[in-house]
Amino acid sequence: MPQIFHRSTNLIARASIFGAVVIIGALGFGLYTIALSPWYTGQHEKLQQPVPFSHRHHAGELGIDCRYCHTSVEKSSFAGVPPTQTCMTCHSQIWTNASMLEPVRASYRNDTSLEWERVNALPDFVYFDHSIHVAKGIGCTTCHGQIAEMPLTERAGTLYMSWCLDCHRQPEKYVRPKSEVFNPFYEPPSAAKQEELGKKLVAEYHIHNKQFMQSCSTCHR
Amino acid sequence: MGSEGLRNRIGVGEPEPIIGPGHTFETVTDKISSIVLTRGTTPGWVFGFLIAFSLLMLLNLVVTLLMVKGVGIWGIRIPTAWGFAIVNFVWWIGIGHAGTLISAILLLLHQKWRTSINRFAEAMTIFAVMCAGMFPLLHMGRPWLFFYLMPYPNPMWLWPQFRSPLVWDVFAVSTYFTVSLLFWFVGMIPDLATLRDRAKNKASKIIYGMLSMGWRGSAVHWSRYETASLLLAGLATPLVVSVHTVVSFDFTIALVPGWHSTIFPPYFVAGAIYSGFAMVLTLAIPVRRIYHLEDLVTDRHLDIMAKVMLATGIIVAYGYVAETFMSFYGANEYERYMMMNRLVGPYAGLYWMLVACNIVLPQSLWSRRLRRNVAWLFFISLVVNVGMWLERFVIVVVSLSRDFVPSAWAMYYPTKWDWATYLGTFGLFFTLFYLFIRFLPMISIVEVRSLVHETNEEKTHS
Repeated sequence: MPQIFHRSTNLIARASIFGAVVIIGALGFGLYTIALSPWYTGQHEKLQQPVPFSHRHHAGELGIDCRYCHTSVEKSSFAGVPPTQTCMTCHSQIWTNASMLEPVRASYRNDTSLEWERVNALPDFVYFDHSIHVAKGIGCTTCHGQIAEMPLTERAGTLYMSWCLDCHRQPEKYVRPKSEVFNPFYEPPSAAKQEELGKKLVAEYHIHNKQFMQSCSTCHR
Repeated sequence: MGSEGLRNRIGVGEPEPIIGPGHTFETVTDKISSIVLTRGTTPGWVFGFLIAFSLLMLLNLVVTLLMVKGVGIWGIRIPTAWGFAIVNFVWWIGIGHAGTLISAILLLLHQKWRTSINRFAEAMTIFAVMCAGMFPLLHMGRPWLFFYLMPYPNPMWLWPQFRSPLVWDVFAVSTYFTVSLLFWFVGMIPDLATLRDRAKNKASKIIYGMLSMGWRGSAVHWSRYETASLLLAGLATPLVVSVHTVVSFDFTIALVPGWHSTIFPPYFVAGAIYSGFAMVLTLAIPVRRIYHLEDLVTDRHLDIMAKVMLATGIIVAYGYVAETFMSFYGANEYERYMMMNRLVGPYAGLYWMLVACNIVLPQSLWSRRLRRNVAWLFFISLVVNVGMWLERFVIVVVSLSRDFVPSAWAMYYPTKWDWATYLGTFGLFFTLFYLFIRFLPMISIVEVRSLVHETNEEKTHS
């Protein structure tokens, strides 16, 4: 009876066993890497906005307080996007002829809204409230990144649930004194000091225990 | 030989041989391999396959519709959130258990009669588990997110809820499928090599050659084959008991009256084997007739399987009786109401049908004459299949439709899509089964040959 397969098939058969393990492993690793990559999550992506608004200039160089524009951040779930009138408080006086600001003036003239592209959009099944985070000593830059250094606004976090849980599982690593919440240049103290300070602040702010902070219904109501 | 000694002492006489007389290695190999290699595709096979395949396409249609429109196309409405999908899941997975019992436990117990039926019983197991596995996935509503059930590293930092029996189910069923598939495949390797050696055309030589993984029948191969079979049998043995126990936990861990009961695990396992043997008979009787295998799958096989059915049927009956007794003895008004609702409520007709199918009619199997009557046995096997399906319907639907608060009560009616999904899984099952009997050796050539060898040895010694 003639041979059906060539001798080399033996080697291929053995190699394919290891090959399958390697390929499956590589596939899993590859998918996970893609899932975490900015290409997939949209992290650090600069969206096309009607006006190239610079947080670096306004919040960083000029030192305008976050709450001057995002007025409802302490009272509401939504931090608030400022109306054109807020822009015009200054821009009716300065840079009045800048062509870059024409959409702002047009919006003011025609009484239409500027349509900003949302940078941080959480899914609808997440109940997120800005006011509670601010009240419990979470600074703007903790989630929004170094906003005072962004000429164009980008999303700093992945918005994955693991990203939320990083802090919900150990808030003491992130909380800061109330006076520093709106400071865009705040530098947290060294790890050891932050731990000490964090524990004190967690107790002071009455932040819930870990079980509550990680419970499904805390965010998915 | 202990059992034969006992037989002689009590004077029952020699048992009938397990396979028909006059078989040699050559005839066994010829008979089984010719079904695949030389018989060809017969019009009867094509006809049956086309029916099965059209039903499979019906399943395709329903699943597509389900993806587009959601589980609302089924009749599930609160409070009956578990309808046909879960009934069918439990029913199909139960059917699989006979295959594992035959191939694993009976192998370890050296029951020789298993050899002619284990291969297609195992195939039945695998196909039944495939059908079963589809239902929970479809029932989730978003089947494409099924991998959420597995513990894998994910950017949600989320594990499955390990305290939920539904997660245990995932592990139980996937383990069951993997072990069954391996067991089936490893057991088939020498037979695939036989087919490779006997195949005439190049394509079958290559395909069977690849599947037989370089089997040459050397002593080393045989020794490893035996070890692997034994190890897999050892792995599969606890699965016979554990899988349906875990499935029963889906119910018993909940507090719903009619579900929350400690008798569920044993009687679910017995019920699984009961329905599984019924399905083996349903398949074996026509197959052995069509392919003229009466001297390999003999009347004695059918007789033994009927006895297993009778025994497990009695355990199941005991389960019903104990459940009913405990409902009244337990003095819990919800339990008591649930049982009254089962006995005389709106679904009472189905309950009494289930009693007739699972308890009353199978008692006819006490009669040796009826056990030897192939037509009657076929009828009883169908009756038991129906009865076991009704049992799951009664457990799932009757318990849910009337729970604690009367204002929440509602009747459950399956829609045409419920029926279509159920029928569709028959399409999947029989399509695979038709392909199996056409392209793979449906009886283990190797094991029947060793049986022939042993029978001849015994003859020469006595």
